[in-house]
This record gives sequence, C-alpha cells and structure tokens, in this order.
Amino acid sequence: MGSPAIEVDAISKKFRLYREKPTSLKARLISSRNRAEDFWALRDVSLEIPEGASLGLIGHNGSGKTTLLKVIAGILRPTEGRVVTRGRIAALLELGAGFHHELTGRENVYLNASFLGLSRRDTDLVYDDIVAFAELEDFMDNQVKFYSSGMLVRLGFAVAVHVDPEILLIDEVLAVGDEAFQARCLERVRQFQRDGRTIVFVTHALDMVARVCDWAVMLDHGHVHAVGPPEDVVRELRYVLLRSDPNFVPEEGTREVEIAGVELVRGRGSNDGSVMPGEDLTIQVDVRANEPADDLDVSFGVWDWRNLLATDGSTAREGVSVGRFAGKRRVRFRLRTVPFAPGKYWITVGLSSQMTGHVYHVQRQRYWFEVREPEAEHQRIVVVPLEVDVEDL
Amino acid sequence: MRAAPRVVERTSESTKLRVIPRVRELYAYREILANLVRKGLKVKYTASVLGAVWSLLNPLVFLAVFTFVSKVMGSNIPSYPVYLLSGLLAWNLFNVSVTLSTRSVVDNANLVKKVYFPRELLPLSAIGEVLVDFVLQVSVLILFMIVTGYGFHPANLALLPLVVFDLFTFTTGMAFLFAALNVRYRDVQYLVGLGMIVWFWLTPIVYPSHFVQEQAARIGSRIDLFAVYLLNPMADIIEGFHRALYGVVQPRAGTVILVDASLGWLAAVLATAAVASLLLAWLTWRVFFTLSGDFAEEL
Repeated sequence: MGSPAIEVDAISKKFRLYREKPTSLKARLISSRNRAEDFWALRDVSLEIPEGASLGLIGHNGSGKTTLLKVIAGILRPTEGRVVTRGRIAALLELGAGFHHELTGRENVYLNASFLGLSRRDTDLVYDDIVAFAELEDFMDNQVKFYSSGMLVRLGFAVAVHVDPEILLIDEVLAVGDEAFQARCLERVRQFQRDGRTIVFVTHALDMVARVCDWAVMLDHGHVHAVGPPEDVVRELRYVLLRSDPNFVPEEGTREVEIAGVELVRGRGSNDGSVMPGEDLTIQVDVRANEPADDLDVSFGVWDWRNLLATDGSTAREGVSVGRFAGKRRVRFRLRTVPFAPGKYWITVGLSSQMTGHVYHVQRQRYWFEVREPEAEHQRIVVVPLEVDVEDL
Repeated sequence: MRAAPRVVERTSESTKLRVIPRVRELYAYREILANLVRKGLKVKYTASVLGAVWSLLNPLVFLAVFTFVSKVMGSNIPSYPVYLLSGLLAWNLFNVSVTLSTRSVVDNANLVKKVYFPRELLPLSAIGEVLVDFVLQVSVLILFMIVTGYGFHPANLALLPLVVFDLFTFTTGMAFLFAALNVRYRDVQYLVGLGMIVWFWLTPIVYPSHFVQEQAARIGSRIDLFAVYLLNPMADIIEGFHRALYGVVQPRAGTVILVDASLGWLAAVLATAAVASLLLAWLTWRVFFTLSGDFAEEL
C-alpha cells in the first residue's frame, strides 16, 4: 500500500481568542477588532502516517494535540496547509459524544454508532457485542440519564470499539473505567492493530504510548518537536517538561563537596542501560571533597516517567557515615533486586550537610536506567528473592 | 474485500459548494439524518403518555373550536375551519422548521465540536422533525374534509405538488441562512421569533386573501400594491394551499374569499416562486456551507 493513510502537509491552525467572545451583534459592533488575539495552535505541522501504523501524539497541555486530531477528523478547518486521509475515519474525541440523556441506552447506541459511520444494519449485527462489552445487558432500555458516569463511559467506548473504521483517532479516552475494563479496551486496540488499521492516539498516559504505539510524535507549542520511537519521544517530552518547570534546577550547590561521577552498575555487569526486574542495581557515587566536611550525607532518589518518586535512600538514613576525608571517596548504594515495573527511571544524586541540611551539590534526574519487560513466560506478579541449590544425595 | 478507501482532502481554502457531489455526500450520511429526526421526535414526546397523539389533537381542537365558533358567531368566511387550517398547517411547517433550524447548530454544539458529519444535517433534521407533524396534521384536515363532505376540486389539487415543493424549498433556504448566522450572532434566533409574528400577518392565513387584493385595488397607486404583497413567497404558497384545498374562490355569490385569478395565473406565480426559492436555497446553502467549516471553533 503505497500511499500513507494520513498525510498532514504543512498544517497551521490559528484561533482568535476573545477576552469575552462576542456572540451578539451588539457586542460585535462595540468590541474593536484588536480585542481578539491570534493564537497559533498548530504551526507548520507535517506528518505522514503510513497505513497500519499506531502513532502516539504527546505533548504538554495546549501543545496542539487535540487540535491536530480535530483537523485530521475534519472538525476544524486548517488555516494553512492540507490534510489527506485515505479510508473511513472514526474519531473518538469524547466518549459518548452525541449521547442524548432522554434516550434509552439502546437508542443511543444506534445514534452514536451512526455518528461513527456505522449503518443501522451494521449496528444490528454488533449490537449484542456492544452490550456485552459494556456489561449493561440489564440497562439498555433505561434512559441514559439514569446511568452512572462509569456506565456511560463504558457504553461510549463499547460503541466506539465496535465500529469498523480504517482510521481510528482516539483522544484521551483509553484511561477510563476500572482496570479490567481498561484491559479489555487495550485488547480491542491491539486487535485493531493486528487488523492493520491506522490508529492515532492523543494521550497524557506516557506509559500507554510506549506500550501501544509503534512511533510517537511530540508537539510543543504547535510545532513538531520530536518524532521517533515512543521511548525516545517520551523521554524527550520528560526533559522538556522538566525544563519548563521553574522549580526544576538540573544542578546546584555550593560545591564544598561535589559529585565527581556517578555510575550505574547492573547486576550482571552489563552496560546496555537496562535491568531486568529482580536484578541488582548499584548506584556508585564518587565524591570529591574540596574542603573537608565531616557530616556529609550522600543521597539518591529514583523517579519514574510520571515524575513520581519511586524510591530513595541516603547514607545518613542507613546509619552509614561517610567520614571526614580529603580527596575522593566512593559510595555505593546497592539496590538488592529491582522490583520496579518496566519503564525508564531517572536518578537524582545529592550531597548535603547532615546537621544543617545545607546543599553542597545536587544533580537532578541526570542519570537513568531502564527496567526491561521480561519475556512473556517470565511475567510474574511478585519477584521473590530466590535461592536455589543442588546437592548430591 | 474492502472497497477502495475513500480519499478526502481538506485544505485551508473554504471549498466552494458543488451541489451534485455534496448531495451525494449528504445521501451517504442519510442514516445520521434519520437518527437525528428520530432522536428529535423521541425527545419531544419523551415522558408523555400520548406522544404523537398530541400532534393530531392540535388540529383536531382547532377544527372543533372554529367549527363551533363560526356556527355560533357566524363568520365572513364560509367553512372557516377548512380555510384556516389549509393555510395554517403550511405556515406552521414553515414557522416551526425555521425556528428550530435557527437554533439547531447552536443547540447541538456538543456534537459539532466532537463529531464530523455534514453540518447541513442539523437544520435538515429539524425540518424533517416538523415534517412528520405536518403529514399527521394534514391527514387530520383531509379526513375532516372527507367526513364533513367538504369536497375536493381535482383541478385545484393539481397545484399541490408545486406548492409543497415551493414550501420546502423556501423553508430550507431560510433554515440554512438563519442556522448559519445564528452561530455567530445569537440575536438571530430572537429576531426570527419576532419576525415570524410580523410575517404571519403579512400572509393570508386568518384573513381572506381577496381582502388584500380588494384593498390594494381600492387604494390604487402607481405601483401595484397587490403585486408587492405577493412578493412575499409565503403569501403565494399559502394562497396555493388555499386554492388547492379550500378550493373555491367565491363560495357564495358576492363573497370573494380567495385571490380572484385563474388557476393558470396562480400556477405561474407559484412556478416563479419555485425558481426564486431554488435560487435562494442555493445561495443560502452556499453561505451555510462556507460558514460551516468554522462552526466547531465559533461555538
């Protein structure tokens, strides 16, 4: 199949932002033109999405992800540029868009399905599957205004995944429902992928991108900032997010004592940047004392891709004294078995005074390691330290 | 085997309306239209016990009340209920359709912002909804005419297809225009509400149409006032319905009710109105089509 499923060619999208949008003639006449400000949600974005690809669109809030999706779907008209789509599109910009609260679940299924391009006869064929998927067998003849929000979301997704589009556009809707439901949604998405359909996701759930997509695009203020394998693009987004956080200073300190070097030593001594769950990992910190300090506390923190602290530790907390020294000393934190979920982790290393808390030197999230996904047959719920021995009898 | 994929190209240019391909596209989306109409009807009658019966009761009550009133108090117009309803039902179709259509895009903002479909379906579904009522109510009127032995005039009935065509074309034209404008200026929906009241009285619905002809002739003027009156397409259309259903120009000696003109003349007027309405509908459709590209961000 030569032609890409979606061609985005130098798309720009300008919005007029009104301080208060004039929706009446009077307001429009009174307000002067210059009250409206131009805002470029997309600037010269070009992408070619081949048939059968799964693309993750990521970026911070307001980076233009949803706007791009709406332009591809035909809901918004680009200010400049051109979009070509090949194949039937179903856009899930909101679950249950077009649900009407006065109608019953059954009626809404048919209405919603037709918005997603399914004919009445097609809907008849998949109706039972939809109901079963949403687990709402007993509620289909109730008006949806009596549904809980969870039920609505399930029904919306159930309809959405049963339409049979060649191109599926999904905006932030996978992160709904309980875990079992999410797992089924994901299974359904994988089915779409196996069937060779083209999928474009917009999501904030970065781990989802790495798990589901085969490549990713990061938008930043309407520009394409990075394109590539999901892992790399997600990492780039993290860096950009960290940098744009005013509280984030990558490195600081007065340097009476400084970090001379940090090395991550894997359990098997391998150096390819990855650790298997359950392996050991040693964080080796070389410290250089420019002035003698006798209350030195060496600490580290491990952060996951959401920028949440996974674990941390320090010499002081472990009751280990670094001692008074001149020159260099090496501190090793040995993490016996790494029980982390697969993914990338970033390490912060700090040197401070135990007594005053004064920061000598800190390097924030400068180092990283990756926990590999174990082979399918090795997947376990818990990783228990295990000792095996063999003896002659 | 999958059919060849549908290739769609969208650019910054607001595409010119090309009628034939667009009609084909609308036809491809007919399921949504049907569902929107169905939704509108269901929502309208939801939680009401009688449901669609209410649509039938409306003209029935009209017929009963005016039969009674004209019997007791007398009326200048013989068989006033038939006269009134033959015009009023068509007027209602126009009035309610245009009013609902005007709000249709704004009321469905949620859909417009989240789902792609040809936006014309929104005003069209509003008209479709009203059409269902119209068919029911006209059936009541025709049944009434049969039961009371009012009688039909086959030659005049031949006007019906033309006049129904006029009514729908003109209604659609107005619906597209106001629906599109209302997205930017919500004043339009209030303006339409007020305008309809004035328009109602500019149209021969409750008064005999000959009355205007008579007055115009009496006042006299260098310009033909009655011709000016007939520039209102709704006046022509309602007069067409009168002629087709009420039928008789002069029900009693000395009492002229309908416009005193030949059937051929009226047909010519209606044919002219048909051409004008088609032109109007095409123009307003273009306006709607051009503006519809920006509905999602205007809302």
